[in-house]
Amino acid sequence: MATETAYDGAEETGGLVFHPLDQFIVKPLFGDGPVHWYTPTNVTLWLAIAVLCIAALFIWGTRSRSTIPGRGQSIAELMYGFTHKMVEDITGKEGLKYFPYIMTLFMFILFANYLGLIPMSFSTTSHIAATAVLGFGVFFAVTILGFVLNGPSFLKLFWMSEAPLFLRPIIAVIEIISYFVRPVSHSVRLAGNITAGHAVIKVFAAFAALAAVSPLSVLAITAIYGLEILVCGIQAYVFTILTCVYLKDALHPAH
Amino acid sequence: MEGDIANMGQFLGAGLAGVGTGLAALGVGNVAGNYLAGALRNPSAAASQTATLFIGLAFAEALGIFSFLIALLLMFAV
Repeated sequence: MATETAYDGAEETGGLVFHPLDQFIVKPLFGDGPVHWYTPTNVTLWLAIAVLCIAALFIWGTRSRSTIPGRGQSIAELMYGFTHKMVEDITGKEGLKYFPYIMTLFMFILFANYLGLIPMSFSTTSHIAATAVLGFGVFFAVTILGFVLNGPSFLKLFWMSEAPLFLRPIIAVIEIISYFVRPVSHSVRLAGNITAGHAVIKVFAAFAALAAVSPLSVLAITAIYGLEILVCGIQAYVFTILTCVYLKDALHPAH
Repeated sequence: MEGDIANMGQFLGAGLAGVGTGLAALGVGNVAGNYLAGALRNPSAAASQTATLFIGLAFAEALGIFSFLIALLLMFAV
């Protein structure tokens, strides 16, 4: 969201240099040319690193397939078991068919979030473009799945059969609006959380330039970094668990 | 003084949008506090409700993130 206009000013005025959103600027990896859809940028680099890390953990880490797992295999098995249990708890047995998709989403967001916490790296999930693809992907998948599995009776999702009759049309309108806001809130939540966290760290980093408050600001950065480690895990978990909830609506639309 | 009245409106609006973040903090605290109160009354049922807790936290927090988004849009996109 930060554009080139964020650069001017500040240096000349001699005040504190605040560029908390400059870390999210998409730059080409080679040269300074314009960014096309095929240009290798820092975003594509870190997206590729996230995929490589997941492949390293789940393919290379579990290559021995031993009965008594080593360190890498233990981590991979724990993550697999955790996600499997989450899908089964929320969607039930019939939701397990879609477990690979949800596992892919969870692993990708988790790794992208945590790789963004490495200093000087680029947090790809802070861009609404990246998370909107994930969010709208879930929305379209769930909507199409609901109509394929239930036919027109999927629309019962919007018709509260236990509400009084005269209230049902009003509730249906509210339900339809909230259904179409889902992909927006789903993707904005993830991007907003990551953007806000990283921007706060940068703001305190700018305060570290003032000698009087620099010890305090370094302490604050450390504390916020700890909070961010928590937030990155929780946001990946929340994204996945909401995907499971939406999937449950598609499988069992009647309230 | 530099800038014009439109810039002042942007900054005022972004600052006012910050109020929404504080209100979302009330909501998140309400969810977590009520969960803790319930969990202390019946600890054996607490573990099965953590998923519900996180869904509630996410919904409460999303609205605060929306106001943060409005502030960002006012500052950089308008």
